Amino acid sequence: MSELEEKTENGSTDASGQDASREQGKKGDAATGYGVLFFIGAFAVCFLSGWLLFPNLLYSKKEQPFNFNHALHVDEMGGCDACHFFREDGSFSGMPKTSQCIECHESQLGDTKDEEIFITEYVEAEKEVPWLIYSEQPDCVFFSHAAHVIKAGMDCRSCHGDIGTSTTTKTYEENRITGYSRDIWGKNIWGIKKNSWDRMKMDDCAECHERETGSKGACFQCHK
Amino acid sequence: MKVDRRSFLGLGLGAAAGVAVTPATWKLMDDSSIWTQNWPWTPVPPAGEATYDNTVCSLCPGNCGIMVRKIDGRPVKIEGRSDYPVNAGGVCLHGISAIQYLYDPSRIKAPLKRENDTFVEITWDEALDMVAERLTEIRASGSADKIACVTDQTKGTIPGLFARFLKATGSNNVYAMDTMEKTWEITLEKIHGGRSSAGFDLENSDFVLSFGAGLIEGWGSPVKNFKINSSRKERGSTLVQVEPRLSNTAANADVWIAAKPGTEADLALGIAGVIIKESLFNSAFVTASGKGFQELAAVLGKNYSPEAVAQTTGVKAAKIIEIARDFARSSAPIAIAGRGRGMSAGSVREFSAVHLLNCIVGNINTKGGVWTLAAQDYEKWPAVEMDDLATAAFEQAPLDSAGSMAGLFTNAGKEKNIEALLIHQANPCFALGDAGSVTEAVKKIPFVVSFSSVMDETTQEADVILPGHMLLERLEDRPSGAGVAQRVTGLSRPVIEPLFNTKNPGDTLLELARKMEGTIGASFPWESYEECLEAVTGDLWAELSDQGYAAETATPPGGGVKVDFSFIVKSQAPVEMEGEAKDFPLVLVPVDNVRISAGSLISSPFAIKTVSDNVLKGKDLLVEINPETARANKLSHGDLAVIETPKGKATVRVNLFEGIMPGVVAMAKGLGHVLDNNKYVGGKGVNINELMGPIVDPVSGLDAAWGIRARLSRA
Repeated sequence: MSELEEKTENGSTDASGQDASREQGKKGDAATGYGVLFFIGAFAVCFLSGWLLFPNLLYSKKEQPFNFNHALHVDEMGGCDACHFFREDGSFSGMPKTSQCIECHESQLGDTKDEEIFITEYVEAEKEVPWLIYSEQPDCVFFSHAAHVIKAGMDCRSCHGDIGTSTTTKTYEENRITGYSRDIWGKNIWGIKKNSWDRMKMDDCAECHERETGSKGACFQCHK
Repeated sequence: MKVDRRSFLGLGLGAAAGVAVTPATWKLMDDSSIWTQNWPWTPVPPAGEATYDNTVCSLCPGNCGIMVRKIDGRPVKIEGRSDYPVNAGGVCLHGISAIQYLYDPSRIKAPLKRENDTFVEITWDEALDMVAERLTEIRASGSADKIACVTDQTKGTIPGLFARFLKATGSNNVYAMDTMEKTWEITLEKIHGGRSSAGFDLENSDFVLSFGAGLIEGWGSPVKNFKINSSRKERGSTLVQVEPRLSNTAANADVWIAAKPGTEADLALGIAGVIIKESLFNSAFVTASGKGFQELAAVLGKNYSPEAVAQTTGVKAAKIIEIARDFARSSAPIAIAGRGRGMSAGSVREFSAVHLLNCIVGNINTKGGVWTLAAQDYEKWPAVEMDDLATAAFEQAPLDSAGSMAGLFTNAGKEKNIEALLIHQANPCFALGDAGSVTEAVKKIPFVVSFSSVMDETTQEADVILPGHMLLERLEDRPSGAGVAQRVTGLSRPVIEPLFNTKNPGDTLLELARKMEGTIGASFPWESYEECLEAVTGDLWAELSDQGYAAETATPPGGGVKVDFSFIVKSQAPVEMEGEAKDFPLVLVPVDNVRISAGSLISSPFAIKTVSDNVLKGKDLLVEINPETARANKLSHGDLAVIETPKGKATVRVNLFEGIMPGVVAMAKGLGHVLDNNKYVGGKGVNINELMGPIVDPVSGLDAAWGIRARLSRA
């Protein structure tokens, strides 16, 4: 074995060489320690921001033009379809027009501030209420209410939840990137849902379709 | 503490790991993908309730029944009305894009008056006062007969109101564009006597001999003829197209005969000569109804032998004989004239030579033949009240004795002066031959009032603009014409509220008449145009308003018909082109393209988008020439060239096309609009009317120009 090979095999036998190596090891430990510290620090900041700050930054909060009491109207009018009805051609009317509301609210019926806003700013001004629609889907999604409600006999609640029993309109949270409501992704930022109405993403449609029809469905069923 | 590379690594890894175990990355990926599928700047039409309204398209004389699909009251789509007698569910590309006209950038949004070189917005009251005062002054100065009116057509109550207004003021100067319909009326009157309109029962004909009629280029009632043509094979009907270029109709026909342009009448007379010589004509009909047949037979035998006609037309004698035999031996042959879309008048010689073929086979007022339809008479107008001024002025001769719009402006540029001109849905400064001179003539008229909805070339010369509603906003009756062998009156109804501060021209006239007071006001007793329409259409109104149209059954008119063959012998001088062959060796012919509106109507942006690159490339118009013509003139495909005629010159590009006769240059009609605000249609191509002048037909007095001599050289 040559000297060189021995050195390589066993390390240097030179004392001063051993010291230098130890010194380096100490420095290395300190640098790793800082590295870990930075890692933990950055991890903690990003982790907390991702869970706490991000959802607040992603959504802007908007209030409806005025408060609407669904529970009261369902009581007075009957079911959902009293206001959200199917037209003669089977298409769904969606949000009621002011002209529909005027059938009862030609003038103020109650004494709430909200109704007063409706009467003065919309009925008298002959304007439509710019409601923010929690369940508005992107334009590239075709959805037939008739196929689901009339043909398949589904309940409004399956997708829209207990909105019919609400007494106030909740704050509308608009996704700053997509412009759509937070209710489509679901309140849970991780996308976990407990109820069928918690989310309205494509996977949620597919999940129900697979369960009820045995197939997730073809692309062009919804993306026409 | 020393921050080194490892610290940064730790920072980066920590940040990445921290973010990875939060929903942010996955959520942002999902959101960005949604964003890319729904670009926020892409317009998305709002959803809403779908409703359908029936109305009648008034963009051309075809008058198709249309159905307008609306979402929450906003028109979004036009479809053909399937239960409508004319178009039976069909609609043309101009019809489906009619919604674009509502939002056309050239639309006039409020009454305007000219102030120096610009227009200033004024109120309706001011505008109507200005017009009423000026017309009253002209009347007071004894020049009521110098008030003229030009409209798109003569039929219907809105043109009726204009004629009535002019009569009440004391003028008999109401003009409409010179079209094939007028020439057919004159031809039928000369040959059969009495006023009637031509109806062509093409649906039931088994042999159509078309002298340049663009059956699928928008001739007559376009959609009706598209449908008739597309059922030709299953009906076992033959189409023979005579045309100097392979148009779409010629390409679709069973036989295409390229006769030299301008020799169509000779070819028709040659074919008639063969039919008579070979005794293939309907002798029973000719003997019973005809007058002067022997003289005609002698003239045709002498001057129009197949060999002589072959010489004139460039069509082989054997082909002439073959077509003559096939035509005469068919059970319901029909010969039709009216070049391209039939929007120009054409010569009476040509029309009568073509109609001679129908006469000698006796196919007049029979199934599959030409019908002499009596004028529609549903309009019941009360007598016009006229004061002394009006009565005296109305006696004066009209500014153009033939009633030709082309003649009116030729005269206007010469000795006879128009004091005031009312323009309704006509665009003579663009659509008449020698458009440049027409514009100069209009500029000289002291007072021009336009009722137009858009700022077209003529309206740009107006002093006062009383803007009209567009189609889909306006009420109007639309009587049939355009050669349809059935009398159908359609009701064009408003399907939306007017978008701008415009009025129905009918209402504008009623208000104007009331402001002029006296007998003029008294001649217009109706509160509104709607009330007037209801009163004037009388018994027809219930049906019109209920189903949107009133149709008579399509049966040939009864009663015998007389034929005066001697007229055809008399009218033998062909209409010659302008220019000398030595200076201008080529022949420029206008071509109707189904995608381009060539008359007073301006094409929609959508229609212009569909025009082929071989017709319009960018802003350049392409003229069609045979490769042989190109070689002779040292041109190749796509070259910039200058086309010169005795009337003017323009820069164009060259499109080489084997389907056009050598020596002929074809140019699309309807391009070259000058529209300030409309970049979609304005400034594209060249207006052929700048290069061609009108030629007065010796019989009708209408514009019979069909081409002009030209030369083409590299730019």
